[in-house]
Amino acid sequence: MLFTLILLPLLAAIAILCGAPARKTALAAALGNIVLASFPLMNASSPNWNTGFQVLADPEINLSLGFHSSGASAVMLLLSVLITLAAVYSGKCPEGREKLWFSSTLFIAAGCIGAFLSTDVFFFYAFHELALIPTFLMIGILGRGERKQVAWKITIYLAFGSIVLLAGLLLATYHAGSFAMADLANAKVPLEAQKTIALLLIIGFGTLISLFPLHSWAAPAYASAPAPVSMLHAGVLKKFGLYGLLVVGMNVAPDGMAHWLPLLCSLLLGNIIWVGLVTINQKRLDLMFGNSSVMHMGYIFLAIAALAADPSNQIAEPAAVLLMFAHGISIALLFSLSSVVEEKTGTLEINQLGGLAKKAPALAFIFGLAGMASIGLPGLANFAGEIMVFLAGFASWKAGEPLGLVQITTIIALWGVVISAVYVLRAYRDCFQGPLVKSTEDASDLSLCGKIPSYMLGAVLLIVGIYPQIILQFLPQQ
Amino acid sequence: MQAHYLEFLTVAFGVFLLMFEAFTDGKKSRIALIAAAGLTVILLLQCTAPLHAEVPSWMSRFYAYDALARFYKLIALVSTILVLLMAFDFRKILARFTCGDRSEESMGEFFCLPVFACAGLMWMASAKDLVSIFVALELVTITFYVLVAYMRRNVGSLEAGVKYLILGGLSTGFLVYGIAWVYGSLGTTDLALIPTALASQDLNLSFLLFGLALMIIALGFKIGAVPMQLWIPDVYQGAPTPITAYLSVASKAAGFIVMWKILNPFLEADAPTQAQVFLILSIMAGATLLYGNLGAIKQSNFKRLLGYSSIAHAGFLTIGIACYDITAVSFYLATYLVMTFSAFFILALVRNQEDSDAIEAFDGLGQRNPLLAAATTITMAAMAGIPLTAGFWGKFFIFKAALTAQPQAVSWCVITIAFICVAAGFYYYLKVVKAMYWNAARNEKALTIPSITKAVLITLTAAIVIIGIFPQPIICLLGQ
Repeated sequence: MLFTLILLPLLAAIAILCGAPARKTALAAALGNIVLASFPLMNASSPNWNTGFQVLADPEINLSLGFHSSGASAVMLLLSVLITLAAVYSGKCPEGREKLWFSSTLFIAAGCIGAFLSTDVFFFYAFHELALIPTFLMIGILGRGERKQVAWKITIYLAFGSIVLLAGLLLATYHAGSFAMADLANAKVPLEAQKTIALLLIIGFGTLISLFPLHSWAAPAYASAPAPVSMLHAGVLKKFGLYGLLVVGMNVAPDGMAHWLPLLCSLLLGNIIWVGLVTINQKRLDLMFGNSSVMHMGYIFLAIAALAADPSNQIAEPAAVLLMFAHGISIALLFSLSSVVEEKTGTLEINQLGGLAKKAPALAFIFGLAGMASIGLPGLANFAGEIMVFLAGFASWKAGEPLGLVQITTIIALWGVVISAVYVLRAYRDCFQGPLVKSTEDASDLSLCGKIPSYMLGAVLLIVGIYPQIILQFLPQQ
Repeated sequence: MQAHYLEFLTVAFGVFLLMFEAFTDGKKSRIALIAAAGLTVILLLQCTAPLHAEVPSWMSRFYAYDALARFYKLIALVSTILVLLMAFDFRKILARFTCGDRSEESMGEFFCLPVFACAGLMWMASAKDLVSIFVALELVTITFYVLVAYMRRNVGSLEAGVKYLILGGLSTGFLVYGIAWVYGSLGTTDLALIPTALASQDLNLSFLLFGLALMIIALGFKIGAVPMQLWIPDVYQGAPTPITAYLSVASKAAGFIVMWKILNPFLEADAPTQAQVFLILSIMAGATLLYGNLGAIKQSNFKRLLGYSSIAHAGFLTIGIACYDITAVSFYLATYLVMTFSAFFILALVRNQEDSDAIEAFDGLGQRNPLLAAATTITMAAMAGIPLTAGFWGKFFIFKAALTAQPQAVSWCVITIAFICVAAGFYYYLKVVKAMYWNAARNEKALTIPSITKAVLITLTAAIVIIGIFPQPIICLLGQ
């Protein structure tokens, strides 16, 4: 059953390459995947979904898929299938490049789903790499602006990150004696090795998640990438690293992670405060959202840091997963809508836009909703995630005790909320309010085709915001 | 059929082809197809050969047939068949530089010689005595002297031939001289008896190590490892493309199996030479990796790039030898065969139609022939070692061997170099992918793929992906 979730987009992508009608096939595959995913998601804790196939006897490596016991994989699967559908709908495919456009989107989706469902470290890593290749190609061929330099830059960054990550994973599996994630959790790794593993994983995963100061590839990449790629990459694929830190890093090297806590805390503050200030200075919508995506990774790192500081922290992991989900949906929606804005007005320069709400009320509404979600307005999904992260920061602190490292970090990180409010609200005011300008005079509103994915993601943000339990139910209470 | 008949059969088949070539007129290129078909039959016959069967006593000192020998014979046969098929599709360029008048009059031997080389490679896989190893190795090398310089109207090919001949001759000298020293100190050339000889008390270790060092240098030439790698880029560039592929795969595979056989007794845990040989190999591996990868980065010619990349691969393989893990080495060579042949088929095809080996010739291939571009992308991904392709597993086993080797793990320095080199590989292999998809095509003319090349390319790229997902069958073939 879980295999079909990966096979369906793969087969659809190959069918498109062989000449099947691109858009229809991609849509059918994305819809089919949502339907297919709903069955295992209804009862994600059942062990029936776990399937495996041995590909190598020594060391034992299995192509095994299943839901990780922490439930994070179920949430990530839901995120992947939702954004895949929206991504297939979004963006304007250049004439004649439908094959590349839709098949790459499906390849990325298959890689994401495969990575999150793998219960074997080898395939966890391998599926992620599968998703990266079409990403490079799409940015390099169909990207905007300095696409070649950008694609080359992310190739080098992510290849470096992957190699460091691979070294860390191999070292972890060497000490644990197994590639199965379940065995990694029970492995007794000596402390010195844990420190090395944790450092390699923080650098490796950190590069993939754009942890400060390894983040400089991310914003230009998202700004340059075609809409479906930035949606899938920022929304889903980037969560691979966070997921990896949660299910591999924290399981195999908890003491190692705790050892590097000061490093992690200072770097994540770099994400939140430094990149936050950089974001305020952005003049283009796409670069702004690219940077804001990097910035918001800091919050999720904060939850991981809280977990590393105190593995018995009950809410840190649910907080991280909920925020990963919420951020994924909101950033994908924002990237999708930015590409709509560019399509309608021909520009993404904030100072060349204005009064768009008069011409495109539906667009303005949904854009506002996504923007408010991303700054963490109560009632929307991100709020639930962010508040849980901040609570997680203080969960292991008792009144009267001096503040620990994580608590101080949390207090500084709270300023991030103010920073993101500044840039999102200002961008919204400049683009959508005020008088009409030259570029927005002839703009039209969202078409039906554009409304479907936007409303869908917007509804998800609302539902999860009002009733976060719908996501938290996947995460077993410890 | 008993395994030892296979070599005789191959030689007889080669002689038959030479006769056939001499006494028939018309298109000589069909000899390539006949030769390929004949070798396929031998390949099928080999599948029926029982393992560890009795070998006649007169040759049992020189000859053994086990899972490892079977594996390397398979590599020899498969690569020779692929070389012949590539040569068939490459015949126009070959004819232009051989006969000059585009006829195929004087190029018949070109298709017969690989069969003899194949016999030598097969013999080498079964050889178990320094003497028989030497004889088999020379049969292969001498055939290669002819093949490398075969395009006699092409200055590059002649230059390559001369370089290969001179350096090859030198390495032969080193090898014989080394064997003589080893024989002098141990009193035997039979590899099976060397461990006993090593255990004797009156062993002169410095004489033995001197001989071993000479032999390692000579083998370094065959596999293209530092310090004997200098010939590779020039010879690879100058030789006819099918022969470059042959050199790169079969000759290297043979070099490694010979290296393994010779060094195996000296690397065993209780051998007095273990530490020194291990140290030499580690340094060699590290230096080879650095030279190959750093050299590859700045190449703009695809054939030279493959040359440097073959040096880089030799570095990884040497780590495997140093770690005393023949399974990792053999697996790596099997995947290396698949992806290197795929790359050379692509190169030969582009060379044929664009008349250029440069990476620029790949510009815009994604538009001009999507199928070929997809095959190239998969091949380059495999060469770089991206997961879910065969190339990843090769590197994976080498790293596993390096991490777990007992009693001495390869030093962290070499492992770190290897990791950095994998990252460097991404850069230069993806340069080709970048040229295909990102650069504008120089002309719009679609590339056509001849049917044989097409079938082979589809098979090879499918194999890259299938092995990438499911590598166990190859491990089973190795008898592990």
